[in-house]
Amino acid sequence: MNIKVFVPQDSTALSLGADQIARDISRHIDQHNLNVELIRNGSRGLFWLETMIEVSNSNGRVAYGPVSPEDVPSLLASGLLDASPDHALFLGDPELIPYLKNQQRLTFARAGLADPVDIMAYRNKGGFSGVEKALQLTSQQIVDEVKTSGLRGRGGAAFPTGIKWQTVLDATPIDNSKQKYIICNADEGDSGTFADRLLLESDPFTLIEGMCIAGLATEATKGFIYVRSEYQQAQEKLESAIEIATQHGLLGNNILQSGRHFHLEIRRGAGAYICGEETALIESLEGKRGLVRVKPPLPALEGLFQRPTAVNNVLTLAAIPYILSQGARAYAKFGAGKSQGTQPFQLAGNIKQGGLIELAFGITLKQLIDQYGGGSLSGKAIKVLQVGGPLGTYLASDQWDIPLEYEAMSEQGAVLGHGGIVAFDSEVKMIEQATFGMEFCVQESCGKCTPCRIGSQRGKDLLVDISDSQNVQQNIELLEDLCDTMAVGSLCAMGGMTPNPVLSALKIHQHDSLNQASNTHSENGDF
Amino acid sequence: MINYFDPRQQKHTDLGTPASLSETLIKIEINGQQFSAPEGSSIMRAALINGVKIPKLCATDTLEAFGSCRLCAVKVEGRRGLPASCTTPIESGMKITTADNEINKFRKNILELTISDHCMDCLICPANGNCELQDEAATAGIRTIRYAQDKSQSSDTADSSNPYFSFDPTKCIVCSRCVRACDEIQGSFALTMVSRGFDTTLVSGADDIMSSECVSCGACVKACPTSALSEKSLIEMGTPEKRVETTCGYCGVGCSLAVDVKDNEIVRMVPTNDGAANSGHSCVKGRFGFEYATHSDRVTSPRIRDSIDQPWQEVSWDEAITFAAKRLKQTQQRYGQESVGVITSSRCTNEETYLVQKLVRAALGNNNTDTCARVCHSPTGYGLKQTLGESAGTQTFESVLDADVILVIGANPTDAHPVFGSLLRKRLRQGAKLIVADPIEIDILKSVNTLPSIHLPLKPGSNVAFINAMAYTILIEGLEDKLFIEKRCEPENYAIWKQFILEDRNSPEAVESFTGLSASLIKQAARQYAQGQNAAIYYGLGVTEHSQGSTMVMGIANLAMLTGNIGRSGVGVNPLRGQNNVQGSCDMGSFPHELPGYQSVEDDNIRRSFEQMWGVKLNPEPGLRIPNMFDAAIEGSFKGLYVQGEDIAQSDPNTKHVLKALSSLDCLIVQDIFDSETAKFAHVLLPGSSFLEKNGTFTNAERRINQVRKVIEPIAGLADWEITMALSTALGYPMNYESPESIMEEISQLIPSFEGVSFDKLEQLGSIQWPCNSEHPDGTPIMHADTFSCGLGKFQTTEYVPTTEKVNSRFPLILTTGRTLTQYNVGTQTRRTKNSVWHDKDVLEIHPFDANERCIAHESKVVIESRSGQISLVARHSTRMQPGVVYTTFHHPVSGTNIITTSNCDWATSCPEYKVTAVQVKPESSQQAVKE
Repeated sequence: MNIKVFVPQDSTALSLGADQIARDISRHIDQHNLNVELIRNGSRGLFWLETMIEVSNSNGRVAYGPVSPEDVPSLLASGLLDASPDHALFLGDPELIPYLKNQQRLTFARAGLADPVDIMAYRNKGGFSGVEKALQLTSQQIVDEVKTSGLRGRGGAAFPTGIKWQTVLDATPIDNSKQKYIICNADEGDSGTFADRLLLESDPFTLIEGMCIAGLATEATKGFIYVRSEYQQAQEKLESAIEIATQHGLLGNNILQSGRHFHLEIRRGAGAYICGEETALIESLEGKRGLVRVKPPLPALEGLFQRPTAVNNVLTLAAIPYILSQGARAYAKFGAGKSQGTQPFQLAGNIKQGGLIELAFGITLKQLIDQYGGGSLSGKAIKVLQVGGPLGTYLASDQWDIPLEYEAMSEQGAVLGHGGIVAFDSEVKMIEQATFGMEFCVQESCGKCTPCRIGSQRGKDLLVDISDSQNVQQNIELLEDLCDTMAVGSLCAMGGMTPNPVLSALKIHQHDSLNQASNTHSENGDF
Repeated sequence: MINYFDPRQQKHTDLGTPASLSETLIKIEINGQQFSAPEGSSIMRAALINGVKIPKLCATDTLEAFGSCRLCAVKVEGRRGLPASCTTPIESGMKITTADNEINKFRKNILELTISDHCMDCLICPANGNCELQDEAATAGIRTIRYAQDKSQSSDTADSSNPYFSFDPTKCIVCSRCVRACDEIQGSFALTMVSRGFDTTLVSGADDIMSSECVSCGACVKACPTSALSEKSLIEMGTPEKRVETTCGYCGVGCSLAVDVKDNEIVRMVPTNDGAANSGHSCVKGRFGFEYATHSDRVTSPRIRDSIDQPWQEVSWDEAITFAAKRLKQTQQRYGQESVGVITSSRCTNEETYLVQKLVRAALGNNNTDTCARVCHSPTGYGLKQTLGESAGTQTFESVLDADVILVIGANPTDAHPVFGSLLRKRLRQGAKLIVADPIEIDILKSVNTLPSIHLPLKPGSNVAFINAMAYTILIEGLEDKLFIEKRCEPENYAIWKQFILEDRNSPEAVESFTGLSASLIKQAARQYAQGQNAAIYYGLGVTEHSQGSTMVMGIANLAMLTGNIGRSGVGVNPLRGQNNVQGSCDMGSFPHELPGYQSVEDDNIRRSFEQMWGVKLNPEPGLRIPNMFDAAIEGSFKGLYVQGEDIAQSDPNTKHVLKALSSLDCLIVQDIFDSETAKFAHVLLPGSSFLEKNGTFTNAERRINQVRKVIEPIAGLADWEITMALSTALGYPMNYESPESIMEEISQLIPSFEGVSFDKLEQLGSIQWPCNSEHPDGTPIMHADTFSCGLGKFQTTEYVPTTEKVNSRFPLILTTGRTLTQYNVGTQTRRTKNSVWHDKDVLEIHPFDANERCIAHESKVVIESRSGQISLVARHSTRMQPGVVYTTFHHPVSGTNIITTSNCDWATSCPEYKVTAVQVKPESSQQAVKE
């Protein structure tokens, strides 16, 4: 077997100099006329070890990391291409790294293994088996399978995917055309999240296969992937993946000689967070300003161009091939309560071992931080975690025992969202975080509904005054009243959930202030 | 004294969201009480129709629900939060609470936020007392704003570029009603919100509103709940004292307008939602172009003179009327009873037109009456009568919303009938297919968010060849509606016609060379028209103003019958009539061969009933048409003319000929609001009254009789109907009507299709579409439903005969004419408004190919020469033209467009062939060089 050296080409590795590393290794291979194949794979999501180089030969596969371009000469000298263990960055078999070994990778099983657009490698690792299974089923049977799996929307709203698909399947377009659509929401904009990007850059065929199955399930023949504007690398990978998938019959007319059709196009966003909201996304896809639509009508009945449309997150669609190939029950075995299957958690912020951790629902935040996070990057104690993106609640350490699943989080006034977890150390100023919560809404509100459009600005003004210790009690009362209005009256989650980070941060701030006061008091007492 | 119509008694309640079309009523509970409302209604509408109030800002019933202000929040049992009532549809058994402490507090908070971003200058605001935000704040009892207004809407985007309205962002509450009105009602998509969040602000799609796609229809201004978008006249003049509802005096759409008045001056005009023709929409002319009515150019006292080279002498009404009557009588004494005649005005009311034709028949003893319909839609009257049995369009405007295929022939609805154009565009956005047969790529083809359309850029003058080829294709391909033809049409006529149409010379291939259209394109259009579920035809002067105008109208009617597209909503044959009351002036007996109601003057029985009513013996001989009057004048047998509100010197073709005729008259009486081109040849100038100065009725293109109400006193003292009464009385045939209402009483007794029409009923129903009789007591929205007016429909053979106005090496181009949005006809009114900002001169549009061949630069002066004369205009390169065809408008007298049009006319009705004139175009400089 040939020797293969893998240098990831995903955005994280690229930002750490992976291209330089690849060039240097390539030059070395050429200069020495070695029989070594350089492969640009995707990342496995162990970002704290990036750039993680892997070498495979007949003995297996070993990893080195984190490699910076400066390490390349010493690595090569110490026998990198012979998979030599004689280097400080040698990690051994990557599959045995506990961070990876302890995960339950269903959706991300193939991430980082190969060139992301190598369709043969994809097929060899079980690719296509989901769609092949789906082609043997009726649309209703596919929908039933997804219902049985318990899969819920991974974008944050956690709506049961099977029910959404059922609605689309049952819907008749108002113009009596047969046209229905699948939209993949790849406008990943939550702070501290990167799972969509990782999948698009490391294993795009899984998403394509998932969308194809979604099309078969709902009788939609056209799909769009709405990619966040900043995801240049992901878009390029997707483009070639779609082209290759079409050549290999996974897309286009007559999918795998079945007589069924599914066409896929990429649309690039224009930099608006709100376009991650499904109706604003649809407006944007239609070429309009990204404005939130009222519901009803549901997009499942009147979505893109007023036709029945399933809008699903990347992670939702990417979970589908596994569910079809391994069966709904195999998927549903994972998870807890009404949160079935796995969730790709994303650890970010002030954390030592940031990366993607796919696990069954139910693990606690504490376990996740302790077993995977490895403490803060700064070395100071981790003080709060914000879970579920910029609209997620700040959780102090006394709340870290909540199992990470939808209902349990909801009971605590928190959300799981897209599975992003951002860590802050003891230096964080919570009043600034609260202000930022409103500020974010000021920046990103679509501007349609009054509570979000004006409320966010007024909320920000109030928090600036509170920070400056002006009429604190009165302003906090008004802020709470405002947050109530925003939560109850906003058109979508943007304004509706902004009170989550604002009020939770404010609460921790108030708690801190009290503690500080009592500490000062007791110090004074001591004095 | 003016009897103001008091709108307060029936003030339109804004029901928040559009009506549901469902007829199923479902039961709901609101605040513990049981109600029912049509399925599909919003909670808001369901509550409001049952008299339960819900506050709102972004909702209005002319626009789709948007759900942005959140003020209309309610509680629904079993649902979380406070859903917006405007966007939540009712469901059977739904239990709704529209007000409690929690809801009220929420609404206060929403209003407080809105006001925190709103300027607080209520006392000096033009909308003071007429502001929805002010009303809602008062109702909610907002007493304090707890937020500091450190940051508010800046005035950076203030825009006063439009001459009629301005935008003040400090008053804007970002409800998007303006944007939605522009998109949903007007279809121009000229406005949008930009930026996100708090910075969201209104802009147009260009540097300012004037340079954007805006057509100044005023829909945004009307939709604005505050004074962010406001009429400049309102800002300047302040709150109106009175509101009078009347009918627009411009085109044949007949929009209902509310006129706001203060101190006997017009503050503004706003389209009323109750108006059945316009459903609350308007265009730049009707909405804003009213300044002319009180312009200093208005003739305010009667004038007389012995000969036209003398200066005018201002005299009293008595003196002028006596002078006019005496002169008319003398003319008749000298040249005979037939030597005088009248031209009725399509701009005046039905009652006034009726009186003028009555005057010529009863007081002057002949039938020399004609009207400007002669030069526009006389072929419609003739052609539709021959085929369908009635001289009028078959549908309501609203019918277009049921059409699946819309065929527009020789009409430019977005410019000439803008309010209908917007309705048509709305239907196109809903997915109807459009086919346009027009030499020019008109703006309706450039509609936004519509399916691709078919444009048939046919050569001017080839209409009949085209329509025959359409029919040929439908027959050859078996797409005709056999059942309809069998049941509804006369079999013999059909057989003759069918045999004719199926001759090879009518095939698409055979007419290619005449029409300039490829056979495949004609076939495609024919299939689309024939295969549409509901296919409707709309046409204009591009059909009628040809030497074969009447033939083409019959060809259109044939096509509609052939495909069964007659007699229900969404189909039909629809002439888009040019003037506010051109339908009415025809109905009222303005034609020389027909008494009111299209009743033949030669029919003894009919004449007898008129004689009985009028108490005078009537002349059975049909009189002269306008062109015959001109010819007879030049010849010396026609010597006296009474012209009611028409500038024939400008509007009729071949000006040289017209002027010669006018200067041959011994007695020309002109009744007009301005000193017109025609008045230069007059011996008596009687100052007319504008539509704002009298009561009466106009009849629009859908046969809708609309009420015209007096807003201000006649500027010169008399309304036109009073002038005609005085003249008739002075001629020895006394007329003593108390009011236009009593004239209508007489009309309803003489015209069978007006039998049920009365002012009382009009007041009650708002408007009536004739026929209105015992069979159709509330009028007839759609004609020919079960049977044609003439029983069975009559297919008429339509042989294509090319016009004699041919291009040759000397006159190689065809000139065709049309209208533009902002100006109206010969511009008498609109040139005296700020509308000239948009169109200050007529230009010649020429394809760049033709221009380059002649070394004509863009925006350079050219000379246009025809067989009749020559004029000079500025040329504009335009790719909406086809090579070989040039185009201009006729809004400015200085252009003299009709100097070059010819005396060719329709074979049946003498309607001039305005649309085809062979011309040559040369750069003016080269012309001068040649002269030198």
